[in-house]
Amino acid sequence: MHGLGRLMWIELKVFLREPLGAFGTVVAPVLVLVLFGRIGTYVVAGGAQKAATAFFTVDVPVFVTILISINAVVSLVSIMSIYRESGILKRLSTTPLRPSTILTAHVLVKLFLTSMTLILALLFANRSLLTAAGVPFLRFLLAALIATAAILSMGFVIASFVPSGRFAQPITSVLLYPMIAISGLFVPLSSYSPGFRSFARVLPMTYAVSLLHGIWKGEAWAAHAGDIGALFLVFAICTALSTKIFRWE
Amino acid sequence: MNGTKPARAVIEVSGLRKTYGSLVAVDEVSFEVHDGEIFGLIGPNGAGKTTTMECVEGLRTPDRGKISVFGLDPIRDIHKLQNRMGVQLQEAQLQKRIKVWEAVHLWASLYGMKSSDGERLLEQLGMVDKRNTWFMKLSGGQKQRLFIALALINDPEVVFLDELTTGLDPQARRAIWELVRGIRARGKTVFLTTHLMEEAERLCDRVAIIDHGRIIDVDSPEALVNRYCPERTVVLMTDDPSAEVLFRAMPQVAAVSANGGRFTIRGKSEDLVTTVIRCLSENRIRVSDFRTILPNLEDVFIKVTGHSIRD
Repeated sequence: MHGLGRLMWIELKVFLREPLGAFGTVVAPVLVLVLFGRIGTYVVAGGAQKAATAFFTVDVPVFVTILISINAVVSLVSIMSIYRESGILKRLSTTPLRPSTILTAHVLVKLFLTSMTLILALLFANRSLLTAAGVPFLRFLLAALIATAAILSMGFVIASFVPSGRFAQPITSVLLYPMIAISGLFVPLSSYSPGFRSFARVLPMTYAVSLLHGIWKGEAWAAHAGDIGALFLVFAICTALSTKIFRWE
Repeated sequence: MNGTKPARAVIEVSGLRKTYGSLVAVDEVSFEVHDGEIFGLIGPNGAGKTTTMECVEGLRTPDRGKISVFGLDPIRDIHKLQNRMGVQLQEAQLQKRIKVWEAVHLWASLYGMKSSDGERLLEQLGMVDKRNTWFMKLSGGQKQRLFIALALINDPEVVFLDELTTGLDPQARRAIWELVRGIRARGKTVFLTTHLMEEAERLCDRVAIIDHGRIIDVDSPEALVNRYCPERTVVLMTDDPSAEVLFRAMPQVAAVSANGGRFTIRGKSEDLVTTVIRCLSENRIRVSDFRTILPNLEDVFIKVTGHSIRD
């Protein structure tokens, strides 16, 4: 792991020097949460108020957190594909650098940026909505990092082989966005048919959403040991797979 | 070459073959690169230079043949070799917004070297004033200097330079040549590829001519010129009426053509020019112009391949 610290530091600086990339990854999710927070304040009292409040105080923050994670994945896959396409990875392949070091450096940078984005999002979000829920922020941040690491590891697999920037975005979108739709975030898993529910339970996003939901609502870690176990399993399998299939060019 | 001819082979390639689908990129390629020399693989674009070099660097797996670098296999022993090799790739890139000093420090850390080693290289390569410049803001020549610095950062024993000066203006090219000579002066072996015959002639101690994936010959540029294009030509102007007879009488002369007072004298002897000068001197023949035309590697290439390197 020679050069890991130096590589991380340089990758972080290079990323932040790219104004659009930094805006899309860090600023945009914060704006989404702030916007939802504003909308939430206009919910009027009435029959639908309870459901709407639950949506804005629980589902929206979890949704934005998942968006932040996916942003990290899209960014990781794009960067690696651009590095591959332009020959940067090929140049690095002639050095003692190993694929595992590159992936570790990038994932740590992304986890750091995810933490920063999440902290910023929570700072700028509508206070009344968030504090009403009695959210354990630090535990939620940790849960978000666990979920992001697992989602990022799926990104590794794509980043290990995607040949160019042109393919990076569509492959990542096709793989990840449908996972959100059936993850239980918008429609409870219990309302699915048994077959479809089994399918949803195979997908890592379902466990990420379940963990984030639970921790946001103040549930104990022990209640989500299964989610955490599943996410670690995804991380272990994807990391091992990506170092095997990693292509320098 | 400076001093005695080197003998120890640091790179040995024999019977190398590499195909991409149905395309045979290189076939039956064999050569040696000796310790301390600048060795050039020369040929047109698409001849198989980069494929050959990348097989030697361990970046590509050959279909057939044997490659040895310091007695090690570049695929199997790549981790042992990486610390002994410096590599500059054709059309290489770095992160657009990485600064020069950051790239050099990163590379130093990848090899477990000190950052100060990188700073010293920047100084030696005249890049100190560019150390805070983003990679994307560097000129072509500055980028190549940086890549040379990165190739030298681990103090390698052999340095691979692939089409190092392609796309550079003549002034930048000459400056890079000086840097390459400097690498040899530090006792390192240089293996380069180029399609520029002038570059090969001025820089290389020995060259291998490659065309359509096959090596045609390997030797020093002078030896190749003498072997394939021994013709020497002297062009002179004189109004002396006895000159033509005297020129034709010289034993080294193969042909004389006269056009007014302008004579073109051809022969295959290395002594042709000396002989002509002696004839002019002994017979007090007054000349108003005197030029020699000597063949070069470009002529050799045309002779051995039947086409120009630019075709």
